[in-house]
Amino acid sequence: MLAAGNYLAGRSLATVLFLSLRMKRPLFLEGEAGVGKTEIAKVLASALDRPLIRLQCYEGLDISSAVYEWNYPAQMLEIRLAEASGTTDRGRIEADIFSERYLIRRPVLQALSSPDGRAPVFLIDELDRTDEAFEAFLLEVLSDFQVTVPELGTIRAAEPPIVIITTNRTREVHDALKRRCLYHWVDYPDAAQELEIIRRKVPGCNATLSQQVVAYVQRLRGLDLFKNPGVAETIDWATALTELDRMALDPETVSDTLGTLLKYQDDIARIEGAEGRKLLDDVKAGLAAAG
Amino acid sequence: MGNGNSGTAGDGRLADNIVHFARVLRKAGLRLGPAAVTDAIEAVEAIGIGEREEFYTALHATLVKRHEDDAVFDEAFRLFWRSRDLVGKMIALMSPVVTRHEEREKRKAGETRVSDALFGGQEDRHRERDEPDIEIDARFTASGSELLRRTDFAQMTSAELAAAKRAISDLVLPMDEVRTRRFRRSTRPVAIDARATMRHAMRTGGALILPRHREPKTVHPPLVVLADISGSMSQYTRIFLHFLHALGETRRVHAFLFGTRLSNVTRQMRHRDPDLAVEACSQSVNDWSGGTRIGETLKDFNRLWSRRVLGQGAVVLLITDGLEREGIELLEKEMDRLHRSCRQLIWLNPLLRFEGFEARARGVRAMLPHVDELRPVHNLEAMADLVAALSGMVRRGAGDPRRFLPAA
Repeated sequence: MLAAGNYLAGRSLATVLFLSLRMKRPLFLEGEAGVGKTEIAKVLASALDRPLIRLQCYEGLDISSAVYEWNYPAQMLEIRLAEASGTTDRGRIEADIFSERYLIRRPVLQALSSPDGRAPVFLIDELDRTDEAFEAFLLEVLSDFQVTVPELGTIRAAEPPIVIITTNRTREVHDALKRRCLYHWVDYPDAAQELEIIRRKVPGCNATLSQQVVAYVQRLRGLDLFKNPGVAETIDWATALTELDRMALDPETVSDTLGTLLKYQDDIARIEGAEGRKLLDDVKAGLAAAG
Repeated sequence: MGNGNSGTAGDGRLADNIVHFARVLRKAGLRLGPAAVTDAIEAVEAIGIGEREEFYTALHATLVKRHEDDAVFDEAFRLFWRSRDLVGKMIALMSPVVTRHEEREKRKAGETRVSDALFGGQEDRHRERDEPDIEIDARFTASGSELLRRTDFAQMTSAELAAAKRAISDLVLPMDEVRTRRFRRSTRPVAIDARATMRHAMRTGGALILPRHREPKTVHPPLVVLADISGSMSQYTRIFLHFLHALGETRRVHAFLFGTRLSNVTRQMRHRDPDLAVEACSQSVNDWSGGTRIGETLKDFNRLWSRRVLGQGAVVLLITDGLEREGIELLEKEMDRLHRSCRQLIWLNPLLRFEGFEARARGVRAMLPHVDELRPVHNLEAMADLVAALSGMVRRGAGDPRRFLPAA
């Protein structure tokens, strides 16, 4: 199923996904940046042919931008119109302006209402960026799949959405939330998997180059870097090298394009020097030996 | 909805075993509740008993909630599902021991405070008499060797506890707050709160629309404390652990202890009882009163934790005497990185109370250029100073680290 969406999943990831669909539990994906957590949700949505609703978290995310908001200008206009037409029935105005017509649905509410009866895939991306208050709010949403809009009452999902939560571990997420989810640690793929990923995502990249790229990146992750390159970076790098029409890695190319791979000055400075050259030689020697 | 109701799980044997397995994990230190166990049973049912790998994944996904626990889980899984009886015996063997152990700890916590209440303040005088000894200790014991030790700290006296609390109560001062992107209701016309305005207008049926206002909410930024527990600092460790605990009651505090290695004791510090919290810290840290490797431990912190705990404008308190023997270059580099990734870096140095302190030690000289403030920390008075520093009450520059640098 995932393969159809051009995503390579290990056995354990596939099992966890199956379980999460079967048990109707949110899936909590944790892992380093760039290992493809968000991609899982996207692929899942397209494979199941469901809409993907994405809630990108950020510090200060609050109910009005995550759940719902009223369309104030329109409401205001409605009140003025009511005034002009001489309506003074308070109940009617209220019922009127706090109706679905003026409700702006934000991701959480969208995820809970499935217009065509098919629950969407609900991606809560980088949950660790919000604050504790929002996390606590999500507890209700994730266990009962309902939210309360005071003027409208409680809105409950007819069919619970398929929830995928991702975090980069920039902050520890509270146990209470994790307890409601199935947990999976997304790791870097091994060389064979990563090679396959390059083959699918960067079709123009020739075999020698992609082998070298993958071997090089895998070696880089073994070094004690401040920030290891993720799969997304590998794809970027392979794309960059392909764009530059390179057939194989050489020291100059590597140091010119290192910025696609490493994002910290310290790391770049380290790899640009002798250490990077040695690494490249090792990679080439290793590949030559392997045939 | 698949809501953990597994009364009919299989023939019961497997469910029982999973329950046992969860108990083993819990004993091994994993935090998992009964809901996770029912989840696990449900997951195993869903997947059917087939291959070991899938079985493993089903249990792992439901029982493990933290990446750090993977290793423990792996080991437990390997042992448990290979030979069930062995583990059964182990549980039987372990249970009474563990309970007895816990009972002992519980009784111990707060013991001093109780005896304080009975015999009133003798402990306090005793401590003051001890002070001169400490001064000799503090300077010459920095060592590069890695010495693994557990320390049993004496308990906090009521007076200390009260003083620490007092110092903390001064902490809640508005200067130390940072703005968030959230809003709160306001009486000042800062910005219109459309949501509240509309809701309020409804009370009058829309006849009267009075604007409601809101303003950005402010919060205390989190505190990240890196405390040196090496031999040369051991005299101060207890007091600042208690200080941290008291601090944690009102603020978000991430606590790290380091000697030759770095340990995160944030969870341990969350015990409500200060004695239990300190006890839990000393249980989980292996290098009390050993040597110091400030550079190495800072490097660990920068790599593993800085991105996770230094968000939201965190203030870093670095508690150390800066007596580093080796790796000055590394120390300088890591200090620089730490300094650049937090909002404010305050160095608390107990050596600073000696008259005419000068940054002679190479480690101290390497660290000084990278801190925002340098303050003494050896008693509660100094703590109060720190409180003032945190609250921004003291003019910037009073704690300027550069004045200690010998004119080069």
